[in-house]
Amino acid sequence: MTTFPYSDIVLEHFRHPRNVGKIENADGKATEGSPACGDMVSVYIKVDPKTNTISDAKFESYGCASNIATGSIITELAKGKTLDEAKNITWKEASDALGGLPKIKAHCSVLAVEGLRSAIQNYEERHGLVKEKVPTTVEVVRQRLRRVVNPLTGLNVVRTNLVQDIEVEDGVVTVLIDLPEDHQFANTIREEVLEKIETLWDVKEVAVKFTE
Amino acid sequence: MVDKSIYLDNAAATRLDERVLEAMRPYFFDTYAVATSEFGYSQGIQARERLDEARGVLANALGAVPEEFVFTSGSTESSNIALKGVALALLKKKGSHIIVSRIEDFPVLHSAQALERQGFRVTYLDVDGEGFVDLDRLRDSITGNTILVSIQHANQEIGTIQDVEAIGRICREKEVLFHTDATHTFMRVPLDIKKVAVDLVTVSAHTIHGPKGVGGLCIRQGTQIAKWMDGGFQEFNLRAGLENIPGAVGFARAVELVTPEETKRLQQMRDLLIGRMLAEIPHSILNGHRSKRLPQNANITFHYVEGESITLHLDMHGIAVSTGSACFSRSLEASHVILGIGGDHERAHGSIRFTFGRYNSMEDVDTTVQALAEIVQELRKISPLGKDSGKEDLQ
Repeated sequence: MTTFPYSDIVLEHFRHPRNVGKIENADGKATEGSPACGDMVSVYIKVDPKTNTISDAKFESYGCASNIATGSIITELAKGKTLDEAKNITWKEASDALGGLPKIKAHCSVLAVEGLRSAIQNYEERHGLVKEKVPTTVEVVRQRLRRVVNPLTGLNVVRTNLVQDIEVEDGVVTVLIDLPEDHQFANTIREEVLEKIETLWDVKEVAVKFTE
Repeated sequence: MVDKSIYLDNAAATRLDERVLEAMRPYFFDTYAVATSEFGYSQGIQARERLDEARGVLANALGAVPEEFVFTSGSTESSNIALKGVALALLKKKGSHIIVSRIEDFPVLHSAQALERQGFRVTYLDVDGEGFVDLDRLRDSITGNTILVSIQHANQEIGTIQDVEAIGRICREKEVLFHTDATHTFMRVPLDIKKVAVDLVTVSAHTIHGPKGVGGLCIRQGTQIAKWMDGGFQEFNLRAGLENIPGAVGFARAVELVTPEETKRLQQMRDLLIGRMLAEIPHSILNGHRSKRLPQNANITFHYVEGESITLHLDMHGIAVSTGSACFSRSLEASHVILGIGGDHERAHGSIRFTFGRYNSMEDVDTTVQALAEIVQELRKISPLGKDSGKEDLQ
C-alpha cells in the first residue's frame, strides 16, 4: 500500500479543483508567485458592496498539487465571507480544511492564501478603503518574512529563528539568514525573501546574506 | 487503483532481472566467505576467483584489462573517487585546477564544489542549447595548473551524448586526465578505452537491471590517483572495504544480458514517444539533441504546466516518470540541466523525463502518450500562463 504525502481531500481537490478560471470584470484580482519560483496562482473575487461580502471567487494555478488544492479550498472558504473575515483566513485553516499539507509544500500552498489577501487588498485599493502608505521599517520587513516558509520545518523563517538580522537603510534592505550559503535550501529561501521584500513600494534594493 | 503499472524512470533505477538474482544467489548462501588470497581456504579462494571473473567481464565491456577495474558501491562513489582521488594525488605534483561541465550529475558536480571549498579552482563549462560542451572553450580552459577534466558521456536528464572521443584527444594533447561519468551510457552507447583517450570511467549496475549499490570505476593503468576510502588492501589497494561479491557477480551477469537488439528496441520506443508527443501535444518541446541522445531517454517540456502536477496525475494512471520541476526535487530547486542549456524556470518546471528499460513495450508508449495528452490539456485549462500565446486553440 502506497502512502501518499497528500491527504484524500488534497487529492480530491487536485483531481477536481473547484472554482477554476477567471472572473471577467472581477472586483479584485491578484497574482502571487511566478513561473521562476515554480508556482503561481491568480485569484479573482466578486464583492457585494452592500454587505462587503465575497459573492464569488475563482482561481487559476500554474503549480504543483498543493498549490492547486489550496487554490480550490481557499476560494471555497472565501465565498460568502466578509472581506475582513476572508482576509484573516490563515494557511493553517486552509491546510486543516484539506486534511493537512506536507510541511515541505507549505511554500507552494501559502501562495493561494496570499493571493486571496492580495485580491482583497486590490479591491480595497480600487475602492478607496486603504489608509496611507506605510514606510518600510525593520518591523514591516519582519512581518513580510513571516510569509517565507522554512522548508525544513514548514514554519516561517522568522518563527524558526532563521532570520538573524534585518537592516533597513535608505531603501536598501539587508536580511541575514542563519544558514550556510551552500545549504540545500539557501537558494530557495533567498528567492522567496527577494520576492516578498522587493515589491514594497519604497524598497530599492534587497540583499540576502548567509552566515557562512 | 490501476491494474498495470508502467515504469518509465529507468534512469533512476531499474527492475532487477531474475537471471541476475539467480547468478547472485549462491554468493549469499554457499560461497559467502570473504575473498581471500590464494593461500586462504577453499571457499575464500572460490569467492576471489568469482570476483576476478566478474571483474574481467566488466573490464572487457570497457576495453580495459581486469587490473583497470575497481568495484565500488555505485556511480556516486566512483565519481567521488575519480575527482577527489586525482585531486589528492596531483595537488602537490601538478596543480589545483579542475574542469567540469555545468550539467554534470550531482556526484561530479558536488565533488567539484567540495574540492572548491578546499581551495581547488573549478571551471564550470557552459553548454549550448542542446547540452553540448564547446570543444574550443574546453581547450582554452586548460592551463598548466589543470589536473583533471570531468565531462559526462551522456546527460542524466536530457540524454545528450558528448563527443568523448574529441574531448579525450584534447585532454591527451594537453596532458591532463579525463574522467567521464558513463552511468547512463554503459552498455547502451559503446565506450572502449582502447579507442577513446579517457583515463577514468564511472559505471553502475543500477541502470542495466543489475543490483543497486554496485558500480565501478575504470582507471587506466598508470593514472595517478590517491586512495580515498581507507581500510584494508582490497581492490588493488584503491578502495578499502569487504568486497561485495554477490553484487559484483550480479553486475557482471547484468552486463552479459544487455544486447544491441534490446538497445535498438529501447531506441524505437524513444523515437515513437518523442514523435507522437511533439505531434499530438501542442506547445511541447524536446530537451536535448534529437539523435545524439541516449537511446533510452526522452525529455519533453510541456509549456504552461508544472511537472509535479503532471507526475502526480500520471502516477494515478499507474505511470512513473520524473520531472525537472523544483517541487519534485529534494532541494526545491529547478533542474540545473534545463537551466544550463539556457532554458528558463518554466521550461524546467514543465519538463518530464521518460526513460525506457527492458520491461517496457511499445504499448506502454501508446498508453503514456494518451494519458499525457489528456492531463496536459486539463492542467492548461486551469493555468494562468500562456493565455496570450494561442493557448485557446488547444481547448
